[in-house]
Amino acid sequence: MKRLLSGNEAIALGAWEAGVRYASAYPGTPSTEILEALSQYAGVQAEWASNEKVALDAAAGAAFGGGRALAAMKHVGVNVAADSLMSLSYTGVRGGLVLISADDPGAFSSQNEQDNRHYARFGKFPCLEPADSEEARQFTRLAFDLSEQFHCPVMVRSTTRLSHSKSAVEVEMPEEPPAAGPLPPFERHPDWYVIIPATARRRHPVVEQRLLDIAEWGESTPVNRVEWGDRSVGIITCGMAYQYVREVFEGFSFLKVGLTYPLPQRAIREFAEQVETLVVVEELDPFIEEQVRAMGIAVIGKEFFPLTGELTLARVRQGAVAAGLPIRTSPPAPPAPDAQELDFEVPSRPPAMCPGCPHRAFFYNLRRWKKQAVFSGDIGCYSMGVLPPFEAMDMLISMGASIGMAHGLKQAGAQEKVIATLGDSTFFHAGLSPLANLVYNRGNVVLTVLDNRITAMTGGQQHPGTGITLLGQEGRAIDIAPVVRALGVEHVWEVDAWDVQGINQALKDAMAVEEGPSAVVVKGACVFTPYFRRRPVVAVDTATCTACGSCFRVGCPAILKSGVTDPKSGKAKASIDPLLCTGCTVCLQVCPVDAIYESGGEEKSDG
Amino acid sequence: MAERRNFLFVGVGGQGTLTASDIAAQVGIDLGLEAKKSEVHGFAQRGGVVESHVRWAPVVGSPTCEQGTVDVLVAFELLEAIRWIDWLRPGGTVVVNVQKIIPMSASVGEATYPTEEAILEALRKRAGRVVAVDGLALATQAGTVRAVNTVVLGTLSALLDTPPEVWEKAIVRRVPRQYADVNRTAFQLGREAAAA
Repeated sequence: MKRLLSGNEAIALGAWEAGVRYASAYPGTPSTEILEALSQYAGVQAEWASNEKVALDAAAGAAFGGGRALAAMKHVGVNVAADSLMSLSYTGVRGGLVLISADDPGAFSSQNEQDNRHYARFGKFPCLEPADSEEARQFTRLAFDLSEQFHCPVMVRSTTRLSHSKSAVEVEMPEEPPAAGPLPPFERHPDWYVIIPATARRRHPVVEQRLLDIAEWGESTPVNRVEWGDRSVGIITCGMAYQYVREVFEGFSFLKVGLTYPLPQRAIREFAEQVETLVVVEELDPFIEEQVRAMGIAVIGKEFFPLTGELTLARVRQGAVAAGLPIRTSPPAPPAPDAQELDFEVPSRPPAMCPGCPHRAFFYNLRRWKKQAVFSGDIGCYSMGVLPPFEAMDMLISMGASIGMAHGLKQAGAQEKVIATLGDSTFFHAGLSPLANLVYNRGNVVLTVLDNRITAMTGGQQHPGTGITLLGQEGRAIDIAPVVRALGVEHVWEVDAWDVQGINQALKDAMAVEEGPSAVVVKGACVFTPYFRRRPVVAVDTATCTACGSCFRVGCPAILKSGVTDPKSGKAKASIDPLLCTGCTVCLQVCPVDAIYESGGEEKSDG
Repeated sequence: MAERRNFLFVGVGGQGTLTASDIAAQVGIDLGLEAKKSEVHGFAQRGGVVESHVRWAPVVGSPTCEQGTVDVLVAFELLEAIRWIDWLRPGGTVVVNVQKIIPMSASVGEATYPTEEAILEALRKRAGRVVAVDGLALATQAGTVRAVNTVVLGTLSALLDTPPEVWEKAIVRRVPRQYADVNRTAFQLGREAAAA
């Protein structure tokens, strides 16, 4: 039966068909839906981990025990897991261990465009790169077999485009139901799994030989295939780039590489010998290209095809034209020049915190400390605090880094106060260890944790602070303020996320602490959670409104400039869209003339 | 029926743009073609720009269209129709829901939301055909404002030489059972709007 599945759904299906027993991930775009899809299959223990290293460690334990295990993460998540990943290549595994790395060419929702195929080369384990959902299913399934055949972790590299596009997948049911029941008794192999220096020295030659063996396997696997056409141009390509290449270079010859590390060198040499001009088209880094050049083969590559950003049909076509390659497909006709001009500007639609967002009142207050403080930020929806109207974030590098950066800046002698801001899920991801460091080294930082009871930016995943597991079981929720106190922060305030004055006071008190750290935990559920409480909507009494603009500075999409202007200033008065308003009252609290009132949707008759 | 179709679905987060594009891709499969769909949803969960490409052909490579090759631009919001017009092929069709969702840049007065007339005129200069539909009004008439995307799919289906029952089946499969009839009505109203 053919079904339309996203790359992520197909990866989950392939893993389930392979009998995966344990799967773990920290949510991260574009990888999040893999575990969400896996959690729907019976027989799989699918979990959200507190971070990517924990996810991989847990999968490794399952694989050491002989179970098939999967860890999924976005590309930068692999950086977090890399310490264990490098060791796992040496220890080897018993049950199949598959790492899904979902890269983000184009940085649609990431801090960089790193090309994680380098990890495969760095760690000396294989990398499979599917080009559509059907291959995502097949390659994931194959990855488990490969992992067990060669006793090493196997990486499947997806990209945003693959993970988030849908194509037809042949859905088969496995002959045997997935593994269930207990694992066999644990087989002890400390000579493999305990990576002390003596083990590492003994295992390294094994790793090198294994890589040669996998390369040999790669010479004959159908995962690498040649599609012969006109041999005047031959293109080596992989992953989503293959899809653009087969359209733009229709009719020419392709070597479509599915195992992109280690490369099938003999197959590449044979292909190169049989084509007149050899081209490599791959997304991001010249990963294949440099290895082909190192083989002494002349090739056209990144001098014409972009190194940065996502590839597209247009960009591959432009590269082919610039390289003077004889492609037969032509670019689309441009529209008539006179039709292109618009008599108006098209307003942009920048991202904004949602109406009712529990981060709004915090950033409204935080911004007031701009003269006295430096703002150390973190990764989450609250990263939008850097945008107008708040512009209250001065640095942001990676998950959990807000606390360490703030600490270092202060310890180095910053004359300003330093405020670190991170969310609840990020706190559990990588905030605990730097907080221990902060307390230990007596740093004077104001820690602010925005606890919205969800991993919001990736679409609402549970985490240790909510206590609900991926499979929907209610467990123990870890409350943040007691954890902060237990780690040694003496001055801790908890405050309601929509209490503008309360947040103001808590920040004032926390800023007044001269020695050691202080903390403010801002509590309020994301509007997309069931815990968010909608209240009667609010409205503007136009007669009272003085068009002062205070409410516009809370940056709420529900607050609009009305058609009515103030006769003195000529500025537009405010109005509130009752369909968007959630009744959070932040604008009502900041209005200096009490022009905003709880209307519940009813207009004031005299307004 | 044409063997190849490129569609671009655009809208604002929360409008059901992605669901509609899922349904259109499924219809391609049900018509015996290969179909691919690719979406980009931005940073903000709600209120951001959403784009989703759908391609039907005997063999589909790229899941995204090339700019200037879109046969039908399906816009769930008026401003988004003009934002994406460069993707339409010369002579292509625009299906536009005339609903306005004011972006922050316009609500705080940094930019001005153009008038409906100005946008529709600009669309007509570029497109072979522009079909404007009041999705919100028709969905309300059908019984729920949540069926705007079904209304728009109805209009789209009427412009393509495809059997309506294939669309209806794909839509009904995607909505909760208690909303099946409301969506059938919404689909029908959308089809009638195309003829108007």
